[in-house]
Amino acid sequence: MAKQPIITVNNLVKKYGDFTAVNNISFEVYEGEIFGLLGPNGAGKTTTLEVIETLRDKTSGSITVDGFNIDDDADSIKQRIGVQLQAAGYYPNLNLSELIELFSGLYGINKTAKEMLEKVALVDKAKAKYKELSGGQKQRFSIATTLINNPRIIFLDEPTTGLDPQARRNLWDLIREIRDAGTTVVITTHYMDEAEELCDRVAFVDGGHIIGIDTPGNFIDKLVASGFERKKQVKLANLEDVFINMTGKEWREG
Amino acid sequence: MNNNYSNFKATLAIAKASFRSIIRSPSAVVFNLAFPLIFIIVFANIGGSALKVDVGVAKDCDTNNVIYKALSKNSIIHLVKDQSAADMHANLAKGNLDAVVDIKANGNGKGWTIYPPLSALGSDSTPKKALFSINVQYSKASDKGGIFKTALNNILYELQSAFIDKISSLSGTSSPLKAVDVHEETITGRAYHYIDFILPGMLGFSLLGSGVFGTAFVFLSLRLTLVIKRFFATPVKKYSIVLGEAMARLVTSWIGALVIILVGHYFFGFTLVHGVVTVINMLLLAAIGLIVFMGFGFIISGIAKNESTVPPLSNIITLPQFLLSGTFFSTTAFPGWLQHISNILPLTYLNDAMRKVAFEGAGLNEVGHQLLILGIWFVVVYAVAVKTFKWE
Repeated sequence: MAKQPIITVNNLVKKYGDFTAVNNISFEVYEGEIFGLLGPNGAGKTTTLEVIETLRDKTSGSITVDGFNIDDDADSIKQRIGVQLQAAGYYPNLNLSELIELFSGLYGINKTAKEMLEKVALVDKAKAKYKELSGGQKQRFSIATTLINNPRIIFLDEPTTGLDPQARRNLWDLIREIRDAGTTVVITTHYMDEAEELCDRVAFVDGGHIIGIDTPGNFIDKLVASGFERKKQVKLANLEDVFINMTGKEWREG
Repeated sequence: MNNNYSNFKATLAIAKASFRSIIRSPSAVVFNLAFPLIFIIVFANIGGSALKVDVGVAKDCDTNNVIYKALSKNSIIHLVKDQSAADMHANLAKGNLDAVVDIKANGNGKGWTIYPPLSALGSDSTPKKALFSINVQYSKASDKGGIFKTALNNILYELQSAFIDKISSLSGTSSPLKAVDVHEETITGRAYHYIDFILPGMLGFSLLGSGVFGTAFVFLSLRLTLVIKRFFATPVKKYSIVLGEAMARLVTSWIGALVIILVGHYFFGFTLVHGVVTVINMLLLAAIGLIVFMGFGFIISGIAKNESTVPPLSNIITLPQFLLSGTFFSTTAFPGWLQHISNILPLTYLNDAMRKVAFEGAGLNEVGHQLLILGIWFVVVYAVAVKTFKWE
């Protein structure tokens, strides 16, 4: 696959008063990949995402998204991206169909609720309220709302936090499907197994800087080549494998 | 793609979502319909009985005579017949009854209607004995005994006059006994019922509640739950969000107002001078009032840190207006210094304009003064709202 950058971030700086949340970050996201932003809490991942998503003004630097400059064409960018916010709620008292209808209106696009809910296997929950959904269902619904405008890129901020192993795997499958359908995915996560499994490339962010950017495989190979060894003998399976093996892969709606 | 984007469609989508959300939330139904209707029903009934005088009728009272009939026709007097003598005495002492009456017809007076048979007058054309004797007991516990006394005296005066006229006509002499000739006339005009006062007040109150509480809660919770932030990731404009919310609130308030006006008109005789035109004028006033009150809601949603600070802040805005803006009783009953406060509050002017439009049939151009003051409030409130409102 030709590596065509769809997002280009150059020397991005974001300050809140005296505090520098993002300090001179540059990176590229390639078209059609799942790109992971990894790093501890407060590293600046969410701030970086929100600047690219046009939700926050940057202090300095330049950003291009799908060929549009964030300074002059924020509206064009908004129409080309799908955004899932960490811990965002939805309009109160509406069911899923009505929420999809609302977002269709906000994007000025005619999409039926059924069509969108089918993509995330929530058709049978069409009349349910968002708050009545399980954690996994909530995340899948959030992803459905990011897909309404047929975006070129979707941004997922910690979509699997708090989910059980089955729901996590279920969501990984969904995210891969979205990538395979041609949509670029930018994701943040605290789970390194998830990043290793899911991401084509990852960037490590700490203290407002990018401290490394590569494929998960290359990162691991480099570390091993430097002589790193796990203290404990690596077994062929881990406890999560045991969990999945014992409780099954089947996703629980509860 | 960019050119096809319609802010109008986005605004409508928000309006529709907000409308659905509002009609499903109990507080909207309570503010827009239940409270005003309950107040109207309660006050319409209290208002009607405020001028009732409860008069006990003694057990052996003669009820077949002209005096009793006149009493029972009097709309102010409510005759109580189903109490024992002991109960009546006790209720009179407590002031639950304002008077107790006992009418006795003497001899042939029974069945006397308008022409007394001569036999009743005795042989020398002078009654030896009064035709009726009336025992009335009043109570110190009630101050409405006087009303009954006046009503009774009126009836007795007319009876005496008729009686004297009869004597005069029989004796062929014109009566020198008539001291006063009373001519009474009731001009026909629109009757001002308490409902005509209370209903516009209730409309104003529901608009105030919905505008302040509803707006403050919705925008605060949309902000805290990041719904607005999520909206901003779509191409929607800020004004679409505000406009959509306002449209939804306006439609719900209009539906509420229409139900209140129609119930008031058909069940409680609320006066609508020019019918549909008056209703439309009232709805236009409602829209103006709601927009001003929503401004307070925007301010509160900006100041409030969380949802539990919304009610106290909203009450600071709504309660004084609720009490001082002539919602339940006219502000003219207040002492002067309090009237000055009343004369500042926006609800006072909305209520005023509503009453003028509904009862006096004024057009919107005739309530220009009230609209001007509301306009000043609009400018002041939204100037503050623009400063305090927070999107995130």
